[in-house]
Amino acid sequence: MTVTYEAALQKYEPVFGLETHVELGTVTKMFCGCTTTFGTEPNTQTCPVCLGLPGSLPVVNARAIEYAIKIGLALNCSIASWCRFARKNYFYPDMPKNFQVSQYDEPLCTEGYLDVAVGGKTVRVGIERVHLEEDTGKSLHVGGATGRIQGAEYSLVDYNRAGIPLVEIVTKPVPGTGFLAPEVARAYVTELRDVLRTLSVSDVRMEEGSMRCDVNTSISLIGSGAWGTRTETKNVNSLRSVERAVRSEVERQAGVLDEGGRIRQETRHFHEDSGVTTSGRSKEEAQDYRYFPEPDLVPVAPDADWVKTIGASLPELPSARRARLIEAWSLSELEFEALRNAGALDAVEATVAEGASPVDARKWWLGELARRANDAGIEVSELSITPADVARVAALVAAGTLNDRLARQVNDAVLDEEGTPDEIVAARGLAVVSDDSALTSAIDDAIAANPDVAAKIRGGKPQAAGVLVGAVMKATRGQADAARVRELILQRLA
Amino acid sequence: MPITRDEVAHLARLSRLALSDEELDHLAPQLDQIIASVAQVQEVAADGIPPTTHATGLVNVYRADVPVPCLTPEQALSGAPAVELQRFKVPRILVEE
Amino acid sequence: MSELTRKTAAELAAAVTAGEASAEEITREHLDRIAAVDDEVRAFLHVNRDDSLAQARAVDQRRAAGEPLGPLAGVPVAVKDLFTTVGMPTTCGSKILEGWRPPYESTVTSRLRAAGAVLIGKTNMDEFAMGSSTENSGYGPSHNPWDLAKVPGGSSGGSAAAVAAYEAPLALGTDTGGSIRQPASVCGIVGTKPTYGGSSRYGVVAFASSLDTPGPFGRTVLDTALLHAAMSGHDPLDSTSIDAPVPPVVEAARHGDVAGLRIGIVSEFSGDGYQPGVMSRFTEAVELLESLGAKVTEISCPHFKYALPAYYLIAPSEASSNLARFDGMRYGLRDGHGSAEEVMAASRAAGFGPEVKRRIMLGAYALSSGYYDAYYGKAQQVRTLIIRDFDAAFGQVDVLVSPVTPTTAFPIGERADDPMAMYLADLCTIPTDLAGNAAISVPCGLAAEDGLPVGLQVMAPPLADDRLYRVAAAVEAAFTERWGHPLLDEARGLAR
Repeated sequence: MTVTYEAALQKYEPVFGLETHVELGTVTKMFCGCTTTFGTEPNTQTCPVCLGLPGSLPVVNARAIEYAIKIGLALNCSIASWCRFARKNYFYPDMPKNFQVSQYDEPLCTEGYLDVAVGGKTVRVGIERVHLEEDTGKSLHVGGATGRIQGAEYSLVDYNRAGIPLVEIVTKPVPGTGFLAPEVARAYVTELRDVLRTLSVSDVRMEEGSMRCDVNTSISLIGSGAWGTRTETKNVNSLRSVERAVRSEVERQAGVLDEGGRIRQETRHFHEDSGVTTSGRSKEEAQDYRYFPEPDLVPVAPDADWVKTIGASLPELPSARRARLIEAWSLSELEFEALRNAGALDAVEATVAEGASPVDARKWWLGELARRANDAGIEVSELSITPADVARVAALVAAGTLNDRLARQVNDAVLDEEGTPDEIVAARGLAVVSDDSALTSAIDDAIAANPDVAAKIRGGKPQAAGVLVGAVMKATRGQADAARVRELILQRLA
Repeated sequence: MPITRDEVAHLARLSRLALSDEELDHLAPQLDQIIASVAQVQEVAADGIPPTTHATGLVNVYRADVPVPCLTPEQALSGAPAVELQRFKVPRILVEE
Repeated sequence: MSELTRKTAAELAAAVTAGEASAEEITREHLDRIAAVDDEVRAFLHVNRDDSLAQARAVDQRRAAGEPLGPLAGVPVAVKDLFTTVGMPTTCGSKILEGWRPPYESTVTSRLRAAGAVLIGKTNMDEFAMGSSTENSGYGPSHNPWDLAKVPGGSSGGSAAAVAAYEAPLALGTDTGGSIRQPASVCGIVGTKPTYGGSSRYGVVAFASSLDTPGPFGRTVLDTALLHAAMSGHDPLDSTSIDAPVPPVVEAARHGDVAGLRIGIVSEFSGDGYQPGVMSRFTEAVELLESLGAKVTEISCPHFKYALPAYYLIAPSEASSNLARFDGMRYGLRDGHGSAEEVMAASRAAGFGPEVKRRIMLGAYALSSGYYDAYYGKAQQVRTLIIRDFDAAFGQVDVLVSPVTPTTAFPIGERADDPMAMYLADLCTIPTDLAGNAAISVPCGLAAEDGLPVGLQVMAPPLADDRLYRVAAAVEAAFTERWGHPLLDEARGLAR
């Protein structure tokens, strides 16, 4: 029986958690000197170490440790003064050694948090741990209908990706978000992605797999005081999918419980096309990974001074920037979120730096320019118009040289790469006619053409002037200051 | 505590060893004997004694994030029982990880 | 046997460097010796015939061109088949790697090549270094040159046999629980387990990562020291490799001296289970040391009796993980049909021998959730206590001594299917491996009951490897003088 999300939330409260794997943007792999370039020919970036050939040994990439500490500090974690790598033992063809070098009970970073803004409110998502591990190879499954494992006849394995450093970021369970659970989950992943991008530790492209999310979801009866059995959903490949995965799991679990069933603790697979999850490996036959400390590696004991230096060198994080801009520009939370969601923060900030007012900068970037970017299917930052251009146009409007309509024309021309705003204004002669005498003949013509309107105005109805203003604007191809035209008309007919 | 034949069979599965019944019959009692013997370590009073995983006392051994020439695909695939499209060809995988 | 094969490595290197002997001729003579005796000794899995002659010729060419030569110029070295070598197969004594040719070379063998050594072949061993007799080899056992019906020890039994049979003056082995010292002892030659981390494990197929130590075999203490020095030193490719200068082992080997040295006899290493002839030779060796000026006392190391069970938890645990990679997917034997899971399990069942299977399952058991603390965890604590026993002992003495192994070479087949009996061979050697210290086996006579060799074990703290060679050299010189000839001269059937 299908249950709608709304119906489910009448009875149940959701709890979710997220495990995010991030491929670090180091030049070389976690334990060897192979390069990490994406999209190269198969098995062209391998060596005895990342292939796990007999006799090979790992050596830790110092930059991977540095990046992991950076991430931990940005997420307000404690950094371990001493920790080790551990082996996670299981058999799988895309893991050359049939164990993964990871961290088990001694993660590098613990006990942090990330504040996330949703609908104007702040939710603090607890971070359980941040640890390092190595990525696996990639398999092509051949012979089945869907390219997935089910029904495949054989698989082809490429180990280029094996050994690339991964950071795993695990949240604590997030209760108490109620109806907004899917949005909060999405907002967390979005904010996390922004933090990671700001730190320059990964290119965090979900569509390329450099950021992967597993979503844990459970529900329980409202007020029951206990948490339900959780499922893990994999193959969540976009921000939108994060939101949909939480929503659909809540619906599914509510349906099961409503019918008196039991939630199985299992791994589920998210389907982009249908938006639902299907059952995968049952977690109840829990794998015994036989973790033990990695004997081929020695402990990692980051020097306290080193950690401090890393902390001091952190760039301004998204949350700090948010607080700063909200104050500097007198924004509401929602106004800020609109800017952030439009991807226009950098553009607006740069435009303000070029001298525009925050109000003007926001108006242009959030309005017309965001529309243009959307239509072209690109980010605002990819438009052909620069913050300097926008600031110049805003300055021309403020100076009275352009009005809004003319400004839009200039912007369009800049986007069409006709040149700078000044060049365009000059080339097209778009400046507002500001010389009153130049307007006189157009005003006289308009009055002459509309005698009854003129008579009304003389008779004490100045509101009738609109028709004449319109006529003058048309005659001047919009290059007049409408307010000034109106003034002059009323003076004439006073 | 003796180890049963079933437990030994479980260990074999965990270790991806397809043992025949005869092998299981032969190995299980031997394992039982060995486990009983190594269990002697439990006689040692070791409260508060830290475990030693590394005898050398080394910490913080790193390498710089600088590329090193890698194997050619031919070298990487040189021992492979089966190759297709410059990848390692493996039989169909039953359970997804 | 020719003149050249009777020479020591030191003599050969000196002769080649001085231009008095041709490296090619030396290698040829050794290849002839191998052809003459290896059908019976079965030390080698692969004889590197054409390539070793080419290596030797290259040495001769360098000398002719006046280029500098390394310390082992022209000296043939036999290599345990656990080291990856380009151009030669590496089987680790296992059917699962039959015919595998690694695409990369181990650091240790690279260094030997750079030192001018000629890698003459790969030697037989217990499968994946698990065993004390080579009977666990997937290719049949090697035979002790002293008595072909006896084992040469293990796991580096092929290397020890090769050296004892004069097939090569030097050989490489690895020691994890005693796998260099015990074969050296039962074959009447010298063998050292260096300080853990003193020689690189890069390219040494892993058995127990925190214990495996590559090391040298030789017929003399000096020869062994020469190989020890050439193979050792820090390697950035091995994170567990020690970044410190190699102890001055060659210097020490040239100046054997024990006057004033404090020597401790480990009291736990005697009693029931020790062959009387072994204990007699050991006692004599201690008396010899005293006569040379050493101060001998008895030291108790109470936790040493737990070393064997701790080792047989730690080593199989690490091995169970290290050997997981052998699944027929990327290299090695692929057997069976069906799914990847089925093929992996069938390949491993077909490719691994019973001892390897036992230890893999034992390791899986010890690491299982629920059992970890009581087994693996506990064993690591015992390891700490053993290290503390050593620390306390070395606070009172400079070296410890004991027999190397409780018996002389036992007959082939006697313990082959009795794992517990086989494990007892490692009783005296294991504590050093757990602690990561250095130890040497040097011949100290023949047991009266069977006329088979007995070795004296000398143990030193980490990085004090030179101390071993100083003591061993003194023992060797004194005994050789007493016997009138090197011990190996007593072996029947070796002189052909």
